[in-house]
Amino acid sequence: MKRRSLFLNTTATMGFIFLYAPMIALVVYSFNKSKLVTVWGGWSLKWYGELFRNDQIIDAALLSFKIAFISASVAVVLGTMAGFVLSRFGRSRGKMILSGWISAPLVMPEVITGLSLLLLFVAMESAFGWPAGRGTSTIIIAHVTFCMAYVAVIVQSRLSQMDETLEEAAMDLGAKPSSLFFLVTLPLIMPAVISGWLLSFTLSLDDLVIASFVSGPGNSTLPMVIFSKVRLGVSPEVNALATLMIAVVAIGVVAAMWQMRRQTKLLADQE
Amino acid sequence: MIETAGDAGLIASPDITELPLWKQEGATPFLRIENITKKFGDFTAVDNISLDIYKNELFCLLGGSGSGKSTLLRMLAGFESPTSGRIIIDGVDMSGVQPWKRPVNMMFQSYALFPHLSVEDNVGFGLKREGLGRAEVKQRVAEMLDMVQLGHLGKRKPSQLSGGQRQRVALARSLVKRPKLLLLDEPLGALDKKLREETQFELINIQEELGVTFVVVTHDQEEAMTLATRIGVMNNGIIVQTAEPHDVYEYPNSRFVAEFVGSVNLFEGRIIEDQPDSVRINSQEAGAVLYVSHGISCAPNQKVHVAVRPEKMRISREQPDQQENCVCGVVEEYAYMGGLTVYRVRLASGKEVRVTQPNTSREASERLTWKEQVYLYWDLDSSVVLTA
Repeated sequence: MKRRSLFLNTTATMGFIFLYAPMIALVVYSFNKSKLVTVWGGWSLKWYGELFRNDQIIDAALLSFKIAFISASVAVVLGTMAGFVLSRFGRSRGKMILSGWISAPLVMPEVITGLSLLLLFVAMESAFGWPAGRGTSTIIIAHVTFCMAYVAVIVQSRLSQMDETLEEAAMDLGAKPSSLFFLVTLPLIMPAVISGWLLSFTLSLDDLVIASFVSGPGNSTLPMVIFSKVRLGVSPEVNALATLMIAVVAIGVVAAMWQMRRQTKLLADQE
Repeated sequence: MIETAGDAGLIASPDITELPLWKQEGATPFLRIENITKKFGDFTAVDNISLDIYKNELFCLLGGSGSGKSTLLRMLAGFESPTSGRIIIDGVDMSGVQPWKRPVNMMFQSYALFPHLSVEDNVGFGLKREGLGRAEVKQRVAEMLDMVQLGHLGKRKPSQLSGGQRQRVALARSLVKRPKLLLLDEPLGALDKKLREETQFELINIQEELGVTFVVVTHDQEEAMTLATRIGVMNNGIIVQTAEPHDVYEYPNSRFVAEFVGSVNLFEGRIIEDQPDSVRINSQEAGAVLYVSHGISCAPNQKVHVAVRPEKMRISREQPDQQENCVCGVVEEYAYMGGLTVYRVRLASGKEVRVTQPNTSREASERLTWKEQVYLYWDLDSSVVLTA
């Protein structure tokens, strides 16, 4: 027993070190006083100050948050609709094809998604003049495209676990299908919708590849700015920025997991 | 509580001299089911059923799984639309009427309480959909919760209630809109035995108090017997027999009903004497000529079954005086159950007969035991001839 738990502990420690050592190093070096990234010069918050005085980074961050917020919100609406349809379609060939299509963006390499979207936007622009050039709106459309697939999958799995007699009971008590959705179905799948939103938000915030394809001049998102800065040599303020991003993403992921747990608890209560 | 319920619910009060509606000539049915058929692909779940149910009835659809009883109920609620036929509730044809517009409410087998709403909001859900004012909703919800004795639990969520409490919330929720017709799908299925008995009588009380017409679906014959004014026994999508509980038990119209409701001994035989008011049947299985004190319409020499309920038979070591309806066998097994003893007796033909006897004596020595030779006999009017 003792030996086994020692083995498990070692394995777990090794795994976590492998996963998190780079991030820990980054977080620690973000508090480095020295201008040289690789040399430790004592603790300081200097680079955080520098970071907040850097307009380019602040603008990019604000843009990224704006894009993430809008994309997540739109993706949640569309993805919930798609997930609802999928779970209510019944067993048919149409459903199989549809659910295949929905999950395709999840497995598609980002480069291909980005490239195909870029080609589409260019073709659309030359066909009927919209979207005129590429910028924030094209990034949002691109992010919605892949985020809604995640939302659809999450919502669908929640709906398939839901007792359908609840909807029948609501109808029986006089609720029309339109009000039924908002009174019964939506509250019950709310945890899934929220975790879908959080996931979409983080995915959009993280995305570099697709955004690089579909963004235009003057519309660099935060990952794009970081990437371009790093290519010119890593500056310590990038470490500070990355640390902040890790914090935001971590909060998002933890919140999403917490929502998922609430959802399973709610389901268990339903039994 | 149970005693008073029993007095009020189970035994007709003496001042009611009128015949029940279903026995009155020309009474208007409250719910009329006309030639309803429901097919799922090739499978016919409900096969051309016609049925009249009258106001204030508590009608039980009794049948095994797959008999079509739940499908019929779901068509009444509007969740399934019939392949052909009509449903008329209180004179209004329900074809094409959506579930949310029907004067019908349903209590689901799983109760289907909304987990995200409190008990009060669950019960008030239907009233709010009607657009009633806040104050009226509150008052009617409170009345209803008091009736099911849950007034103090209004703020709880369904997950914080016991099974019996949830069942009562579901009942309150389905009654609060004062439906003309209440559908109950296995209402007592999920409760333990003690709660079931209590709730059965409570249901009857509520039904009489509110004057709602109930249609109950159940697979439990005991539940049907205690609850129903009439029972419709279903099998393979058709109603085999519609009758009052007493008649379903004592005068089953077919072997299916006799065997499905309660237990029964069936003796196969052929008619040898056919009088207008009695028949004699020669049964190889029984090893005797059986006499039945009612006439039947059938072909001479037709194969029939004589049905005798286990509790209608008597068992003794000595040969009784009566010559007819007396068979001889050996006690194969017996089970002492306190109030009753159940015997399994093997006849000379190899047929196994089940007999239940009340234990009127405390003396163990008087009890029959294994391998004893016994006589089984029953009154001339205790048996029924079944031709179907």
